[in-house]
Amino acid sequence: MLPTLLGVAILTFVVMRLVPGDIVELRYAGGSVAPEVIARERHQLGLDKPIAAQFADWMGGVVTLDFGTSLWTNRPVVEEVQIRFGLSLELALLATILAVALAVPLGVIAAVRQDTWVDYAIRIFSIGGLAMPSFWIGILTILALLTLFHWSPPLEFAPIWKDPVANLAQLIWPAIAVGYRYSAVSMRMTRSSVLEVLREDYIRTARAKGASERLVVVRHALRNSLLPVVTVISLEFAFLIGGLVVTEQVFNLNGLGHLLVDAVAHRDYTLIQALVLIMAMIFVVINFLVDMLYVVLDPRVRYA
Amino acid sequence: MSVTPLAEELARRRFEEHQGWPRFRRAVADFVRRRPLGAIGAALIVVMILAAALADVIAPYDPEQASFADLLLPPSGAHLVGTDPFGRDVLTRLLFGARTALLVGFGASLSGSTLGLVLGVVGAYLGGRVDQVIQRMMDVLISFPLIVLAIAVVSALGGGEGKVYNVVIAISIPIIPRVARVVRASALAIVAMPYIEAARSVGSGATRIMFRHIVPNVFAPFLIMLTAFLGQAILLEASLSFLGLGVNEPTPAWGLMLRGAGMQFMERAPWLAIAPGVAISLAVFGFNLFGDSLRDALDPRLRTA
Repeated sequence: MLPTLLGVAILTFVVMRLVPGDIVELRYAGGSVAPEVIARERHQLGLDKPIAAQFADWMGGVVTLDFGTSLWTNRPVVEEVQIRFGLSLELALLATILAVALAVPLGVIAAVRQDTWVDYAIRIFSIGGLAMPSFWIGILTILALLTLFHWSPPLEFAPIWKDPVANLAQLIWPAIAVGYRYSAVSMRMTRSSVLEVLREDYIRTARAKGASERLVVVRHALRNSLLPVVTVISLEFAFLIGGLVVTEQVFNLNGLGHLLVDAVAHRDYTLIQALVLIMAMIFVVINFLVDMLYVVLDPRVRYA
Repeated sequence: MSVTPLAEELARRRFEEHQGWPRFRRAVADFVRRRPLGAIGAALIVVMILAAALADVIAPYDPEQASFADLLLPPSGAHLVGTDPFGRDVLTRLLFGARTALLVGFGASLSGSTLGLVLGVVGAYLGGRVDQVIQRMMDVLISFPLIVLAIAVVSALGGGEGKVYNVVIAISIPIIPRVARVVRASALAIVAMPYIEAARSVGSGATRIMFRHIVPNVFAPFLIMLTAFLGQAILLEASLSFLGLGVNEPTPAWGLMLRGAGMQFMERAPWLAIAPGVAISLAVFGFNLFGDSLRDALDPRLRTA
């Protein structure tokens, strides 16, 4: 875990410094500013130090959980991230709930009714979800709301504990757009996993001893096919927290993805490094939790 | 004259049937019959390739020439999918956009998957420290969110006009670790095979063993990953272009068409928001269908009854 995160930190650090232009240059772009002013400002931000020294400074802060201040807004990085994190997390959670609520029942039905029209209809629905970019589904959703109801989602973000109605009115649409794709991925996994388990001997045994089909499917087949499904769902979830850059753009949401794009555009090194590190950390931690969850779901899995 | 000209002729025919064009034709016919969905996918891909290749011939207008007399015209006989806010024909731009999509799709998935193949095979065969180093590097690349990595690469290399190749590089990098992992897993099984030991004992070098003996045997998972990432690469290109980090105006690209006009004139000109998305979806749909069928055909373990 730690070497991976260190690698991510180094890679981000080096890549961002390879990108042409830094924040000082961008701030004074177009204007005629004396080179001394630029040099002084670089010195103030510590950008004139050798890269290794800059990295050491940054790492020294990170290990004491001090992510520094944003170069662009001069506010603490933690503060900048905190505001957006709530929105991104809520969106990811909503999308996950929608996706799981769709994917698991539909996946099971498709598997049980394999090669019937029900199966085909469900599979076409899911293949469509994989093919359509979720940001385009978002655009279509907005278009449909506009033309049918002459209404568009509110632009102002309201935290759910303050104004749940306004909050959901804003976030439910991107959650649907993203959740559709997400459910398609998990539905395919559920279907193939259940199909595989349904061929096991113990399913035949369960049927032979007279268990109802419902019991066989829910208790014996579904429970044993959950492992790969849980993996897919959690990896997608990890991706959703920072990866909804485009959907956020479409719905004009101020989430982590949006923040990252802005930070890259401004060459706001401290903010970019913190964001990428946080996203990588979420990914690594969720990966670890999934490994742990395996033990709970499947008693045969053991870690020494 | 030989005693059995007929037998000889028959033998020759049978031999020919098993190679070259007739064999290919039969394989295609077989694929269409046994995997109709895959055939639909392949047909979509062929249509897309034709559209891209023949765009100069079949497109009714110039893709980049603005015409201020025809701004935002709705679909009609002259402009089947209407015009954009610069008066350019949308259908023409869709056809030329297929070029960008295919170039990026094939370019990125081919280069990314090939690098992943090499890294996976080298790691599996050499093992030890080399394998460890490669694996840790792949771990790092994989924990970067895909889009974040692409954004970083595009801004590092600079996107913009004529910089399609930078977009290709940006999209190929996240593909590398994913292919490398799968290939490594399959290659590990091959490395343990007796024929690898035999090859080593007759004095074959590491390079020869890796590329003559291991690579051909992990080609099935490689091809499966390659086709799976074709659709993904096209999706990613559309997303990047939509963000303004991919291909730039006036180059026609589907994601780019959604970005500016599609969002801005949504109510006045809904065809601008709908048509490019349909093109993206059909392309990805085609590659996914084809890829799925290819996987079923190539990998018996994954075959569903």
